[in-house]
Amino acid sequence: MDRKEIMAKVNEIARDVFDNNAVTLTDATTAADVEEWDSLTHLLFTNEIEDEFGITFTLSEVTKSKNVGELVDAISRHLGGN
Amino acid sequence: MYSFKELRRAAREPAGPGARKIALLGNCATQFLAVAVRGYASLEKIPVTVFDADYDQIEAQVLGEDSELYRFGPDSVVLWLATEKLYEEFLDMAPDARAGFAQGVMDRLEALWDALGCRCGAKILQCNFTEIPDRVLGNYSAKTPGTFTYQIRKLNFLLQEGMAERENVFPVDLLALETELGRESFYDAPLYYSARMTVSTAALPYVAKAVCDVEAALTGRIKKCVVVDLDNTLWGGVIGDDGMDNIEIGELGRGRVFSDLQRWLRQLRQNGVLLAVCSKNDEETAKRPFESHPEMVLRLDDIAVFVANWEDKAGNIRLIQQTLNIGMDSIVFLDDNPFERELVRKLIPEIQVPELPEDPALVLSFLQGENYFETAGRLGVSGDRTKLYQAEFQRVKLQASYRSVDEYLESLEMVGTARPFEPAKFSRIAELSMRSNQFNLRTVRYTQADIRQIREDPGCLTLQLELRDRFGDHGLVGVVVGRETGPGELFVESWFMSCRVLKRGMEEFTVNKLMEAARGRGFKRVVGEYIPTPKNAMVRDIYKSMGFSPIGENRYAMEVDRYLEKKTFIKECAE
Repeated sequence: MDRKEIMAKVNEIARDVFDNNAVTLTDATTAADVEEWDSLTHLLFTNEIEDEFGITFTLSEVTKSKNVGELVDAISRHLGGN
Repeated sequence: MYSFKELRRAAREPAGPGARKIALLGNCATQFLAVAVRGYASLEKIPVTVFDADYDQIEAQVLGEDSELYRFGPDSVVLWLATEKLYEEFLDMAPDARAGFAQGVMDRLEALWDALGCRCGAKILQCNFTEIPDRVLGNYSAKTPGTFTYQIRKLNFLLQEGMAERENVFPVDLLALETELGRESFYDAPLYYSARMTVSTAALPYVAKAVCDVEAALTGRIKKCVVVDLDNTLWGGVIGDDGMDNIEIGELGRGRVFSDLQRWLRQLRQNGVLLAVCSKNDEETAKRPFESHPEMVLRLDDIAVFVANWEDKAGNIRLIQQTLNIGMDSIVFLDDNPFERELVRKLIPEIQVPELPEDPALVLSFLQGENYFETAGRLGVSGDRTKLYQAEFQRVKLQASYRSVDEYLESLEMVGTARPFEPAKFSRIAELSMRSNQFNLRTVRYTQADIRQIREDPGCLTLQLELRDRFGDHGLVGVVVGRETGPGELFVESWFMSCRVLKRGMEEFTVNKLMEAARGRGFKRVVGEYIPTPKNAMVRDIYKSMGFSPIGENRYAMEVDRYLEKKTFIKECAE
């Protein structure tokens, strides 16, 4: 799965978790940019990504990813990409 | 089991009317559990609203006079001290103090229970403690009081003893879930360290189910009867084809699987759940193993209603339900045959028909996992209940031989008593309040603690009604709770009765005794009310039929002096 496909899927998950169809995430998006993105929805978000892609984030990936781009990188790594 | 995702979606649905208010208090993050409980309750049609206190606010919420908790006005408070957090506290203690750890936590819990009990009438749902295999001394830890392994086990032991002493505390058995699912899937270390969540999202739906199961039982949603098929369900093989010597039970073939299932069913029966048989067989053939197979665990004595014929099973289950006079939604039907299961499900949507595993070896642990038999109190006369229904058949047979109902009732030689609540009966009274749905005027559910409180309240008038006849003792079958609501006025807060004794004159006997007691206490007027539910239409007009006058919608009154005693064949017990 390439980065673009991952990003599309992540966006799909985000719209569901944040319960807002207008949400569009890019590499540069951070939690501060999305109104519904708080500590609880962040957990739901990462959890849902884990389920959806069948991966398990490490603790640092969950806590230290600075923006959506880094999260997508982590997903890609777990999926055996670059 | 639902996934956490499904629960999260369902949690968005607003709770229906009459929702129970549940407060979650934890020393760990409870937001996910709140979401899971909301979602599970919504999917299972148990209306609840959930208040989720901030992380680690247990003491502040419980001990604070005007905390958010008390402003929320909870019906139930879930107390969850997660083991992971306790583990940190334990390791920060001085080594020589560690042997007192379990007692210390227990004292803390008792103080919380006391404070909650004083400040609100909420039920306490107390989570027990999962285990962490700490292994500081390896296996040797299990006999060393200063280790966490030793202390957490001791704590669970102290907890169960402590809870047994309290009528308003109900366990949420997290340890059972951890044992069942395995710690690997129950606990998610990254999730704990990133979010202070001690239960993985995979395990949360199970925890939510446990909480909701207790809530459902507290509101009287309990299972009262298991209807079982015989061939390939209760034993291996087909009795009509294979014969007595070849059905698998006991030592033969897969027999032990079925023996253990029977042992577990017998234990249910011993704890007050009724067993009934519904089988496509000739009755005589079907009964033979119960009468004379040396390795059968269940005997005819264990079965309240035995139906074996070639009619369709849905019809037969209706017959069983009517004979036992219980709600269809309180019955679980076990059958190995998918066709029969589907047929029964289609024709009787309210009944619970588990999709049993194909391999009989898996059936027992499957049933244990489903937790159908949650209860909010020990079932009192339990063991005798099966006998009561068997005696009922004799009465039905006798009735057929009399010309008039009066003649029949007279022949029963009924003797009744009506007394204020007695401590020895508190648990039975609470149980009856939970179990009675049809003959229940206002459907107020009581726990033992509630009953004790009512008994001690000088403004309350209580009656426990007992009945016996020539065929046996029915025990405590009726309850009345009256409250003084004004000068000389007694309001009947509750009147409920076991449906076993309908139309025997117990209704009249009860009202006679109620008016007599009211007069004795100096009341001038008795007011009754009927609150309709989907199940209690049978008592809609009972006050009217007893001569009360309507004074508003579903409200009735009777002047004590004007009451004319009703005729009944129940004689008073001469004591």
